[in-house]
Amino acid sequence: MKPFRYQAPGSVDAAVEAVDPMGIAGQGGAFLAGGTTLIDLMKLHVVTPPSVTDVKNLGLDTIEESGGEVRIGARVTMAEAAEHPIFVERAPALSDALWKAASPQLRNVATLGGNVLQRTRCPYFRDNVSPCNKRDPGSGCAAIGGINRLLAVLGTSENCIATYAGDFANALILFDATVETQRAGEGPRQIPFDDLHVLPEDHPERETMLGDDELITGYRFDLPDWARRSVYVKARDRESYAFALASAAVALDLDGDTIREARVGLGGVATVPWRAREAEDFLQGKTVSEDTALEAGRIAFEGAKGYEHNAFKIPLGRQVVAKAILDAAGMDISGASDSGAGGTSATSEGAN
Amino acid sequence: MADETMTFDQTPTQDVETQNKVASAERAAENANVGAAISRVDGPLKVTGQARYAADFSVPNPLYAHLVISTVGKGRITGIDDGAARRVKGLREIYSHANKLDNGSAPFFAAGGQAQQSWEPFAEPDVRFYGETVGLVVAETILGAREAAAELVFEYESQDPAAVFSASGVERQEMPDKSTTKGDFDSAFEAAPVKIDSDYETAPNVHNAMELFATTAHWVGDKLTVYVPSQWVKGFQVGLAEELGIDEANIEVVCPFVGGGFGGKGSLFTWVSLIAAASRDLGRPVKLYVTREQGFTTASFRAETRQSVRLGAAQDGVFQALEHTGEELTSRADNYFVNGQDATIRMYQADAIRTKLTTVHADRQTPGFMRAPAETPYFFGLESAVDEIARELDMDPVELRIKNDTMVDPVDGVPYTSRSLKECFRQGAEAFGWSDYTPEIGSKNEGEWLIGWGVATSTYPTQMSPCTVRIHLDVSGEARLQVASHDVGTGAYTVLTQAVADELGIPVEKVRVELGDSRLPPGTIAGGSISTASNVSAIMIACERIRQRLGLERGGDNDLAAAFENFGQGGIEEYAEWNPPGAKKNAPKTLYNGKVTIVGGPEESYTAFAFGAIFSEVRINRFTHEIRVPRMTGAFAAGRIMNAKTAKSQYLGGMVWGIGHALLEAAEVDPRTGAYMNDNISEYLVPVNADVPNMDAIIVPEVDDKVNPAGVKGIGEIGIVGVAASIANAVHHATGTRLRRIPIRPEDLIQA
Ligand SMILES: Cc1cc2nc3c(=O)[nH]c(=O)nc-3n(C[C@H](O)[C@H](O)[C@H](O)COP(=O)(O)OP(=O)(O)OC[C@H]3O[C@@H](n4cnc5c(N)ncnc54)[C@H](O)[C@@H]3O)c2cc1C
Ligand code: SF4
Repeated sequence: MKPFRYQAPGSVDAAVEAVDPMGIAGQGGAFLAGGTTLIDLMKLHVVTPPSVTDVKNLGLDTIEESGGEVRIGARVTMAEAAEHPIFVERAPALSDALWKAASPQLRNVATLGGNVLQRTRCPYFRDNVSPCNKRDPGSGCAAIGGINRLLAVLGTSENCIATYAGDFANALILFDATVETQRAGEGPRQIPFDDLHVLPEDHPERETMLGDDELITGYRFDLPDWARRSVYVKARDRESYAFALASAAVALDLDGDTIREARVGLGGVATVPWRAREAEDFLQGKTVSEDTALEAGRIAFEGAKGYEHNAFKIPLGRQVVAKAILDAAGMDISGASDSGAGGTSATSEGAN
Repeated sequence: MADETMTFDQTPTQDVETQNKVASAERAAENANVGAAISRVDGPLKVTGQARYAADFSVPNPLYAHLVISTVGKGRITGIDDGAARRVKGLREIYSHANKLDNGSAPFFAAGGQAQQSWEPFAEPDVRFYGETVGLVVAETILGAREAAAELVFEYESQDPAAVFSASGVERQEMPDKSTTKGDFDSAFEAAPVKIDSDYETAPNVHNAMELFATTAHWVGDKLTVYVPSQWVKGFQVGLAEELGIDEANIEVVCPFVGGGFGGKGSLFTWVSLIAAASRDLGRPVKLYVTREQGFTTASFRAETRQSVRLGAAQDGVFQALEHTGEELTSRADNYFVNGQDATIRMYQADAIRTKLTTVHADRQTPGFMRAPAETPYFFGLESAVDEIARELDMDPVELRIKNDTMVDPVDGVPYTSRSLKECFRQGAEAFGWSDYTPEIGSKNEGEWLIGWGVATSTYPTQMSPCTVRIHLDVSGEARLQVASHDVGTGAYTVLTQAVADELGIPVEKVRVELGDSRLPPGTIAGGSISTASNVSAIMIACERIRQRLGLERGGDNDLAAAFENFGQGGIEEYAEWNPPGAKKNAPKTLYNGKVTIVGGPEESYTAFAFGAIFSEVRINRFTHEIRVPRMTGAFAAGRIMNAKTAKSQYLGGMVWGIGHALLEAAEVDPRTGAYMNDNISEYLVPVNADVPNMDAIIVPEVDDKVNPAGVKGIGEIGIVGVAASIANAVHHATGTRLRRIPIRPEDLIQA
């Protein structure tokens, strides 16, 4: 690791004043939360910020609900959120996505601010040697034509096919959440969650629309009643502690067997947290069946582009979407509101 | 011998009570020939953090080293820009070929020496593979060393490496002297009414032991102490003496605990002499920690193989012809190979047998031992092929294996010292519930789960090596065993304690065992599953002499105090050498020269193997294509078992690793550079707890009074052998897809 200055200001204002940029243009400020992405990349010398600004004294660590609106502080840990009754009972896709992410040790320290902003696991980005447009703009992309099994099939460009590897964001995106941020000398800013991450296109080094000093303070969203009928299905090589090969977050508003409204988010397959809006439109008004679910999956992957080792993610992702739709439809949510432990999906199995 | 075959009886012959008994290894202690299931004597030290691993030893005022590894797969270093690195605070020195340290090389271990590779690090500016050690940075702090290493810029003139089988620049070397031929394979295969001809592939694997590689060198005058994780302290001492050009009497290699070896710590790492030489140069102790990523390339690994199996059988299932050929990747310079066909051809009777081995030299590091080096990859080929022909024959795969069982080595025509394969299948089948097997593809499917069952034969050759021990017993009844053997996490401290206690008739609490120090009498390399058999055989000799001199009776109710009173001394010490039959007369002496002699497996007048049967259930989700192994049973017969508990954990550990071998483990080589692109344990996956829900290992009782005085066959490696095939066979049963390349992954089961 390169030497760096450590600071832990006591207020949001002081933090955004003090923070140094990450070191790669367009990468936001070097805020230190749980450190499970940041310190890792600093040890690999992939990022080398001159200072890190610890957010530990900023509060921002509560989950609150008022008038049907939920607010999550950016410093809430993955573990706290995974276990929180609001999510467990009323938006199981959110708690599932967290339970199925990383390991207990990581979840205990990693925060939702950091989680959403975690960096890709693309091995060529991490090796600090290979050509990589994300790490070293303009140097090329070693992953296209290299070992790309875990990389993306949606939202790629000829400059970068890095996967957005996180889970939670793919579920949060279902709820039209708002990201609350703050910059130096400016008041709070509200960003639609959908807009937070940006496609690689010609500038894969730029991953979000956050400024170099911009701090995420939290997320806010309305929690509809039908969010109870939501699941997160994650296909992975092993049963626990592995990134997704393909994942799907699905929430359904059902009227009997008919889908009033559907929300579909995808993970492990795209360069950014992904909302499959065409699939959602298709599902609206349809009767739940395996064929319909598979067709929605097919639509979700229309336009996907496979590379040498990852083309399987297209048929896999399609079937993962189908399973998530069927699992959500099969949930028994009748007694969920008064059963403290309810809310996990009926057929999705697996450890966290 | 065909008349030795019998039909497998699928009806349970034992009542529930007996079944329960065999299903639990702990309870198997009640069976004959199984030692007490005591807990590890070193367990409390380990769980309280008092067990000192190599990196835990502190030395006065150390410097810290960090390796610099090459970032090209082949080429030459043309320059080193160390300007920025030299400005890092606390930097002491940067070493490379440009200012080569004062050290030489020891011979390659597979050529009778000790070193991990045949060439000397830093001897020339050439880079032979991606991730080769090309520089060493030494600084006052570990962070300073790493920072300076990151600031160093090596300039290369690089060429395209040929790093994988398919690369055009690899060199093939046929190994006719490693081939075996019996009968006329071509005609027998031609004539066989039922046959299969299939190709198989296994991936490169990396040990990734929990304990990272590390080395500390501490000189006091001309005496050097080295703390390094090692499965062979004596070999390290001798090899290091040669590399450093000093008298081996001046070197002590210390490593009382090893946090997983798996073969990866069996040969002398290239960096050990670099650290020792740097320490000598700088006049201070030097400590090195090798990072997880660097461990992927700077030590050895299990190379990829390509195999082909041709197997012909009569309509009734009797095998008539077996050919197993293999290609193994190795480095350019070293001809390392494992030749597992030499074991696969001894599993079943067949009149015509042929093997062929080819090594393929590529721009990669030199491979080395890794748990059951030969059998793990090659049994994937053989046991998949047996399953394939069982399908062709429409025969139960268990029955087919039993039908082709033989009590005579089909290659050499000599008897096995003992062979309980049938009994392993019988007990394993019972515990697993194989009588409910239905052969139709997909017949076990439930809901969204495709479910399949598979079996495979497991084996490991029983090998032994010469071993010397020293045992001291005193009037208070305290005994001390000293031997430069190793406990690599296997339970050696415990079973050797039990052996001494047993032979001297004293409680285990009274026995102290010292291992892992090159100053002790030379013992065994921790490899080839030889440790228990060889050490216990030597212990038996020393203890017998002690008993004789004291007038004690083995197993008798001895009055130790009276015996010492008669003896006239307060303590007694015996040094003993054991030399296994078949080894050269002077073999124990050559232990002192860092030479390993290993005998066993196929020998002139006998063949010695342990056997086992593996039963697996797989579940594959119809949507996610995730492949899971909810259930596995292994049944193993390996002669005398010293401790049912440690034995069971060896078996289970092997089986768990087998799941990884079958479904997860692969070092992903980028053919363009030769780099391993998943050089961390987040992307190089091994099973986690959730992947191994329900496993059992059965200890099948077996008495072998021919194999060695201890009657012990060795159990460290057999657990993994055959597991991959049993899983692949189960995947076929579930899906109808025959997968001949491991690891098997979801994409292999997706029809695009
Ligand atoms: C072995 C391993 C396995 C993993 N498996 C999974 C998995 O299966 N699924 C999954 O989703 N994740 C997984 N992760 C990723 C893990 O979840 C993230 O590393 C973690 O959530 C990041 O949170 P953190 O608080 O540690 O962030 P940090 O590392 O502290 O920060 C991450 C990034 O966010 C920035 N940042 C942090 N907080 C803020 C803020 N409030 N405002 C602005 N910027 C901020 C930092 O500057 C940095 O760029 C895994 C990680 C590892 C190491
Ligand atoms: S995919 Fe993106 S992150 Fe990976 S090497 Fe290419 S540019 Fe870099």
